[in-house]
Amino acid sequence: MVFEILQYSFMQRALLSGVVVAATCSVVGLFLVLRRQSLFGDALSHAAFGGLAVGLFTSIYPLWTALVVSVLASLGITKLRQSTRIPPDAAVAIMLSSGLAVGIVLISLSGGFSLDLESFLFGSILLISMQDQIMILILCAAVLLIVIKLYRQLVYITFSEDQARVSGINVSGLNYLFIGLASLAVIASLRLVGVLLISSLIVIPNITAMMFGKGFKKTAIISIIIAVSSVLVGIVVSYIANLAPGGIIVLLSIFILLGSISIRSITKKTKSDKDDITSLSEAA
Amino acid sequence: MAVVSVTDLSYTYQFNTNSSGSSVLKDISFSINEGDLLGVIGPNGAGKTTLFSCMLGLLKNYKGEIKIFDQDIRKNSFVLQNIGYIPQQKSIDQGFPATVQEIVSLGLIGRKSVSKDKLADALQMVDLSGQNQRRIGELSGGQQQRVLIAKALVHEPKLLILDEPTTSVDVETQNKFYSLIKNLNQKNNISIIWASHDLDAVNKIASKVMCLNRNMFFHGETSKFFANDELIRMYSESSMQLHMHSHLNANKNPDSIQRTDNDAPMYTSHPANMK
Repeated sequence: MVFEILQYSFMQRALLSGVVVAATCSVVGLFLVLRRQSLFGDALSHAAFGGLAVGLFTSIYPLWTALVVSVLASLGITKLRQSTRIPPDAAVAIMLSSGLAVGIVLISLSGGFSLDLESFLFGSILLISMQDQIMILILCAAVLLIVIKLYRQLVYITFSEDQARVSGINVSGLNYLFIGLASLAVIASLRLVGVLLISSLIVIPNITAMMFGKGFKKTAIISIIIAVSSVLVGIVVSYIANLAPGGIIVLLSIFILLGSISIRSITKKTKSDKDDITSLSEAA
Repeated sequence: MAVVSVTDLSYTYQFNTNSSGSSVLKDISFSINEGDLLGVIGPNGAGKTTLFSCMLGLLKNYKGEIKIFDQDIRKNSFVLQNIGYIPQQKSIDQGFPATVQEIVSLGLIGRKSVSKDKLADALQMVDLSGQNQRRIGELSGGQQQRVLIAKALVHEPKLLILDEPTTSVDVETQNKFYSLIKNLNQKNNISIIWASHDLDAVNKIASKVMCLNRNMFFHGETSKFFANDELIRMYSESSMQLHMHSHLNANKNPDSIQRTDNDAPMYTSHPANMK
């Protein structure tokens, strides 16, 4: 049955987009999680929601308007953090509610939710067009290439902004660039996962990977594997069961997280029991 | 050639546009030469970290002049690449996934390739050979601090700036750390500026002492400072005054809480007796 599903061109588009979106979100997400900016994904996706509503209201390709609004919001949020006394979590809350408010007002003006807007909220496999796919591939390729190019600088500012600054890294510029990249990753994921669940795709695979990964690169690779597996299985299951893909993908990644926590606690207990036995036999 | 030459350095923190700000450094002038190990002492809030932040180019709106290897850091910030910096000890998040090797290699940013030999040498210098694949978050506070030293050493700096590097580590780790910086200074000929509250260690290791209390009231040979009871009495009194001043400011202006510290050492006995 799975092979049969793969014959459909919309499924091929969904699966290809899913792989690149999952990889991009995990890589960007690892930096966001370690920088204590997990909720940035939420703020950016809600800002993008306002942008989507602008696009649907003005009949402009909505992913373009969402892209512009989301990038502007990301720069705004960084500026708010750097130059005012607003705490970072409050800046996120402001951005999140502003995007949502713009979206709701425009939806009210246009007479209610359309099918297209609903698909952006919850994600959709069927509605990924060729135009969407090209945009997703370009955005993800750009984000991944820039992150790979600036990988060590990004690790450095994640570890310590002050020490990175002393080493001659333009920390402020890199912060703006990185949040801009995060907003591109969010836009690329909108079609597949939906506004409401993007931050889970950014956060959950990385939390799981951090339990096992020894080293930044290895953690990123484990996170990519978890995210890609969740997205691929999620897309197929959501097609078979006729459910929104975003929900299934996130539930799968949560299932992997819970499984990992259980395995880790069992192996930890076994190791500590073995250590106790060794200590007792040595004492004897 | 002086390694560091600071002339009439003053710095004021501006908390908001309406206030005149809080002056932390006033007219500080000093210099150190190649091979010097300068111990910077002074209570919390005395301006040690602010002084280092100015010297490292982290704070730019200072008055006066700072020269590193005869280069004004405002005109030639590249000279800062000769400095290895180890900040105040903060525990690193246990979940941070980077390995020791990945952290140390950050010290080579800007170089085209990362030499594994250099990484190994730096880790050997801090007695962490064989630990390169461990996650930094799994290490003890003292080991984490040594990783940061290895990161600072890997690009072969000519000047090390250490900002209270042994805060919150145990006595044994502190002693190992003191031997390490003594070796780096004497065997590797690295000039070192080291802020510390441990007067005994400063007395034993540093070749020069600078005593800060927003103003600088002593800069010279270590033996001269510790042999002079009057200077030590002034140091104790100024510590007490700054502590009380900090408390008063904290009550007047909540913003200043960020710049003061309730744990400022109160020397109820003569510091020389604390050895």
